Amino acid sequence: MTNKNGRFGIHGGQYIPETLMNAVIELEEAYNFYKNDKQFNDELTALFNDYAGRPSRLYYAEKMTNDLGGAKIYLKREDLNHTGAHKINNVLGQALLAKKMGKTRLIAETGAGQHGVATATAAALMGMECVVFMGEEDTKRQALNVYRMRLLGSDVVPVKTGTATLKDAVSEAMREWTSRIEDTHYCLGSVMGPHPFPTIVRDFQSVISKEIKQQMLEKEGRLPDAVLACVGGGSNAIGSFYHFIEDKDVQLIGCEAAGRGIDTFETAATMNTGSLGIFHGMKSYFCQDKYGQIAPVYSISAGLDYPGVGPEHAYLHDIGRAQYVPVTDEEAVCAFEYLAKTEGIIPAIESAHAVAYAMKLAPTMSKDKIIVITVSGRGDKDCAAIARYRGEDIHE
Amino acid sequence: MSNINKAFANGKAFIPFITCGDPDLQTTAEVVKAAADNGADLIELGIPFSDPTAEGPVIQGANIRALSGGVTTDKIFDFVRDIRKEVTIPMVFMTYANVVFSYGAEKFISTCKEIGIDGLILPDLPYEEKDEFLPVCQKYGVDLVSLIAPTSANRISMIAKEAEGFLYIVSSLGVTGTRSEIKTDLASIVKIVRENTNIPCAIGFGISTPEQAKKMSDIADGAIVGSAIIKIIEKYGKNSPKYVGEYVKSMKDAIR
Repeated sequence: MTNKNGRFGIHGGQYIPETLMNAVIELEEAYNFYKNDKQFNDELTALFNDYAGRPSRLYYAEKMTNDLGGAKIYLKREDLNHTGAHKINNVLGQALLAKKMGKTRLIAETGAGQHGVATATAAALMGMECVVFMGEEDTKRQALNVYRMRLLGSDVVPVKTGTATLKDAVSEAMREWTSRIEDTHYCLGSVMGPHPFPTIVRDFQSVISKEIKQQMLEKEGRLPDAVLACVGGGSNAIGSFYHFIEDKDVQLIGCEAAGRGIDTFETAATMNTGSLGIFHGMKSYFCQDKYGQIAPVYSISAGLDYPGVGPEHAYLHDIGRAQYVPVTDEEAVCAFEYLAKTEGIIPAIESAHAVAYAMKLAPTMSKDKIIVITVSGRGDKDCAAIARYRGEDIHE
Repeated sequence: MSNINKAFANGKAFIPFITCGDPDLQTTAEVVKAAADNGADLIELGIPFSDPTAEGPVIQGANIRALSGGVTTDKIFDFVRDIRKEVTIPMVFMTYANVVFSYGAEKFISTCKEIGIDGLILPDLPYEEKDEFLPVCQKYGVDLVSLIAPTSANRISMIAKEAEGFLYIVSSLGVTGTRSEIKTDLASIVKIVRENTNIPCAIGFGISTPEQAKKMSDIADGAIVGSAIIKIIEKYGKNSPKYVGEYVKSMKDAIR
């Protein structure tokens, strides 16, 4: 899928300062070696299974299926992973790789805090130093995760520049990396940034679709008709799509954060409102003005509150292999509440965007159809914010 | 022959960086004139970007001030057209790839040529990606300036061989901003540069004092100063042209 210099069609590339070029080249060389190294893969599989709790369950949501009255719905339970989200898959891979490369320090950006918590966890496990950059706005929205990272021994740096959200945390982590490369690996959390990150992160997350395929064949003896996942940068979505890309009958649907609506300025739906640009090391689609100034995007979900999207998604969009649909705050909050009440599963507000679209899609499909929704994370972290959204002030 | 060469014809070159529109374009015009009148050999004009990932806090602040003042690429083009009537020294734009890309490379770079911009510095466009804009730059005779960093190592000769205009040598790891000490072995980097190209090279990042400028220009062909000038503009605002002029004079005198 990737060609030279990490292009996905016209997207991707390595638009980064010269200072970082040798670092990404070194990373690519190390990755190309270790991805085929038996010992590396054995160690990673052991971490996935014994530490993170993989394989994650593929759960038949019978009550939801009956209630919606259409397609049969399965939930891929990434929320059950250690640390509560799919982020751990990528982090364990990158931390192990960094360790093999002789790095002793991890830096990371985080939006909702899930990637930051996962990185802090891997750093604790592997005895590495860890610094997480998080938008100041997000440190307020996700105070619990800030505490978790500190508890795990990481430093959390609140980023005050720009909109003080995920994009600014990425910028600050990149700045930090240019100042300290020798002992530091930038553990990027999504399928974005300069090559080889979109490929590395995709590969580590592709365990999700590998398992879905196997589990679906075991349970139903066939592939699903549609796979749904939320998309910010797009790591859980690409992980959920990857092994189905060649199976053209499987519909791939990415659910973007529309915030208050794609007809407002308070949105983060990149595919639906953005245009082609170059930012954060990659060519892809971005929310921006006509002069290329990056837009201050908005979503209730800190994890989807990002003005760009990973280059492989941009490519899947261009060739029509995947479709990307907008889901508003209100729809996501309703889905958050719906899944809690219907199945007893509280999804992350990010994942609730995918649940929301499934609630619209499933009733339009016949009962012999099957859809899989990736529940990328659990929603404990969101309870206070959703309560506030509903006008209730609770204290954690 | 690149017009940028003229900047290196008066002894060691002093190259100030100024963010366009900080705090407004009238002030920028006066600051540019003051710098040119006081011995600047080449001026780097920054087109502000919302998310300048290669900049430290000082230049980030200038970008925010300029953008919140309503400056745009089109307004900056008009401003350059205007000051070109009085300022004859070489001038280049420093901005980010997305500013050029979203405007349309052809339209952006042809306009540069038309208004008298001699080169383009894009810190997020490394050697591997320069074909994004290089063919258009060559078509219009606008130099695409390459950067070399302390980490470039085995890449220096490759970059230097294809360099145009001048080579921008980044003095230190990290982002722009003043530093008390520059530890990189710049002499070794310049030596490799010299073995591979005849175009001049200037050192930037972290330089603020006349002593540092002297030391850097002893190694290379010039010194680039950004954050120290932005700090003066931040401090004096509309009254800053006089102070920038005095500062530029002190720096040029030190390296002359």
